[in-house]
Formats: sequence, C-alpha cells, structure tokens
Amino acid sequence: MIGIVDYGSGNIQAIANIYNRLNIPFQIIKDPDKLKIADHLILPGVGAFDATMKELNDSGLRSSLDEEVLIKKKPVLGVCVGMQILAESSEEGNLPGLGWIKGKVKKFDVSKLKEKPYLPHMGWNTVEPKVDHLLFQDIDHELGFYFVHSYYFDPSQITDILGTSFYGETFASAVYHSHIFGMQFHPEKSHSNGIQLLSNFARL
Amino acid sequence: MLRSRIIPCLLVHKKGLVKTVNFKDPKYVGDPINAVKIFNEKEVDELIVLDIDATAEKRGPNFEMIKNLAQECRMPFCYGGGVTSVEQAKRIIELGAEKVALSSAAIKNPTLLAEIGEAVGVQSVVVVLDLKKKGLLSGGGYDIYVKNGQEKTGIKLKDFIQELNKIGIGEIVINSIDKDGTMTGYDVSLVSMIRDLTDFPLTVLGGAGNLEDIKSIISKFRIIGAAAGSLFVFKGKYRAVLINYPNREEKFRLFKEIK
Repeated sequence: MIGIVDYGSGNIQAIANIYNRLNIPFQIIKDPDKLKIADHLILPGVGAFDATMKELNDSGLRSSLDEEVLIKKKPVLGVCVGMQILAESSEEGNLPGLGWIKGKVKKFDVSKLKEKPYLPHMGWNTVEPKVDHLLFQDIDHELGFYFVHSYYFDPSQITDILGTSFYGETFASAVYHSHIFGMQFHPEKSHSNGIQLLSNFARL
Repeated sequence: MLRSRIIPCLLVHKKGLVKTVNFKDPKYVGDPINAVKIFNEKEVDELIVLDIDATAEKRGPNFEMIKNLAQECRMPFCYGGGVTSVEQAKRIIELGAEKVALSSAAIKNPTLLAEIGEAVGVQSVVVVLDLKKKGLLSGGGYDIYVKNGQEKTGIKLKDFIQELNKIGIGEIVINSIDKDGTMTGYDVSLVSMIRDLTDFPLTVLGGAGNLEDIKSIISKFRIIGAAAGSLFVFKGKYRAVLINYPNREEKFRLFKEIK
C-alpha cells in the first residue's frame, strides 16, 4: 500500500487520483501510527522550504517517518518541495532539512539565463536519466515532465543524481540514495509520463 | 530544454463553457468536465479555467466545480474567478489546482498577492490582466479593465507591473480584450511591451487563430505560454464546436521548426 503523507503541504489529491485510476491501493496518512501499514511512502510538498519543514516538524509525523524510512528502509518519494526537504539545508530558509540525502538546496543563478522569463523555472522540461533505474522504465524522455520551482537540490555526492535537466545550468531534477528518491518535477501533473513514474515507484 | 506551453483557456458562464468575442456574446461550447476529459486525452501542456460570472455576480469561487475539475485534470490547472482572499486561494490549491489566478481583487489590492504568495507559494500566484487599447485621442497605450471588460480601472499598466515586480508572483496572463475571439493573431506589440517591463513568466491570451500564430509568438519570445480559447474549441470557418489541440507529432514538429 502506498502511503501519501499528509502533513499539510502539497498536492495530495492529484497523486491520490492517479493511484486510484491505476487501481493501486493507497492511503492518505495523517496519523503517525498509520505509517506502519504503508510499504511505500510519498512526501508531497509545495511552497517555501521553511514553511514546509515547519509543517512537517509540527505534524507529529516526523519521528515515525524517520523510523519507517531510515530504520525499516521503506521506499520513499519526495515530490517538488517534498524532494528539497530531503536535503540538509536550503538557501531559501534557515531550518534544517531532513538530511536523508546529503546536499543543499540552491537558488537558480539567473545570470546564466540568456533570455526572460527568469524565475520560476516553469513548464515542461526534459529529464535525462543518469542511471538505468526501474523508476524511469518506459518513460518518454522527449515528452518530459512539468516543473515549477526557483530552487533546486544540489546533492553532495554525484552518485546520488538519478536524472538531470537544464535551465541555464544543468541541475539534478531527480535524486536518489538507496531507497530514498526525490523528483523536482510534478509526476502527478505530467500526463502519461507521470502516471508511468508513479506506477514504477509502486513496483519498487 | 524547457518548452513553451500551449494552453487551452476555458471560460465558465452559467455552469457551462462559453466562448466570447471581445468579451461579449458568450456562445455555449459544452460541459467543463467533458472538455477536461478530452484535454487529458490530448495531453495539453496546461489548462486555464476562468469563471467569468463570479466577480460580476459578486460571489466567490465555486469550490465544488473547482474540486471536480482539479480531480479530473492530469495536467497543471490554473483557476481564476472571484478570488478575493487568502483562504479562498489556499482552498483552491488544496483542492488540487496548481495555480490560482486573480484579476480585480489583485488590481484593487496588490498586497493580497503577497499574502497569497506566502500562503501557497509565489509560483502558484497568477495575475490576469484584461487589457484594451486606448483610443488614439488618449495617446495610445492600454487600459486595465475588470468585470469582464465592463469596468475601466484607470490604473496605469506600467505602474501596476512595477508593483507586481516588487511583490513577486509566478506568472502574468496578458488577456487582450480587443483580440478575444477574433482569431486574427496575438497582439505582439502588447506582449513585447510587457516582456520589457518584467522578468516573470508570461502567458498571452486573445487572438490565436491557427497554429502559425502560436508558432510565431513562440519564435519571437522563445519561452512563453501561448494560450487560446476559440482555436481549441472551434473548427472551420463556421466555428463548429469541436474540442481540439495539436497532437504530439504536430506539437513537436512546431517546436522543431522554431529551432
């Protein structure tokens, strides 16, 4: 069962709709005890880094989440700001991130962009896989995914990069470390590619 | 590489979808949910839905409709119409929309945009500007209108955009009243003028009559949202209602031809 973690941030309903359509069992989880019954976890997130971390820290889910992910090693997928909070810190805020994947969240350097618009990086962009991973199986790389963000995850270890995209500079648009995954784009709003990716995640 | 977005824009009037000409004479074109289902199949880049009755009827957004639309949308969804508070904006995002668009409320009180940005993230805040060319006697330029083109605001476009630059938003939708429903091409000089005034992502609406119009606006501005109403709901010179959108091959051919 996929547990979509509801700590007050992120587009939970859109992810739920896709699993519903795929006939893959899921639950929207608010109660820390319920995290145990999920075998995969999804961590959505929208908005600012500190606001998202604060909601997660105040949700009462934090210690149970750490246990499920770090001790029981359940596959977890962070989406958008849900990906960024996997990092240790962010230029956008002062609160520490979860630190599940080593690295820092940085703001795009707009001086590297040749033309307007500058920020946010918004729209459909391609993701180039750096690793042959089941998560990207049957993904149409020409079609790409939908992005909307101004900050990106810069992992400390190059081996934690799962896929890259380009916006003035090449950045990690998908990261992973063992069973922990993060996607900067929105699979829940990326048509067939997003449905495929969420279905691949359920099969990990 | 980031691609420009090609965006159908749907107008809701009396619970049905309509298409207007110069913001007048709404013609019924179908059921909103049905249209979203078709646009899902066509894998559109994004969808804008504007409830054109809300502000005019002095009411808030129809959350039930937004919920149903957001649940159906497999693409990014921007809702606008009747939003006047942070609470409404928050609820719209919670219901599954990516973006919330404001027009009259933002023009009356731009600080509302900052408050909404704080609550839902700046990237989700969209400002729709309904613009109409001034008469030659008034020296050219554009007026900002609200309430479906019924009320001229008297606010200077330049000043308002500079204010938006200070506040910080996610996107501006440039909606040309003169071009709406005419299918005679976008108002390129209007877009150029606004492009010079701000760094934000822009989406242009009003005037697209064929894919060539979309191609030329993308060629000129490289990264832009090319939105259209009539083009994606009518077919042929008799404007028969038929929901349509370039298929994948047509879309990628268009982008290749631009490069």
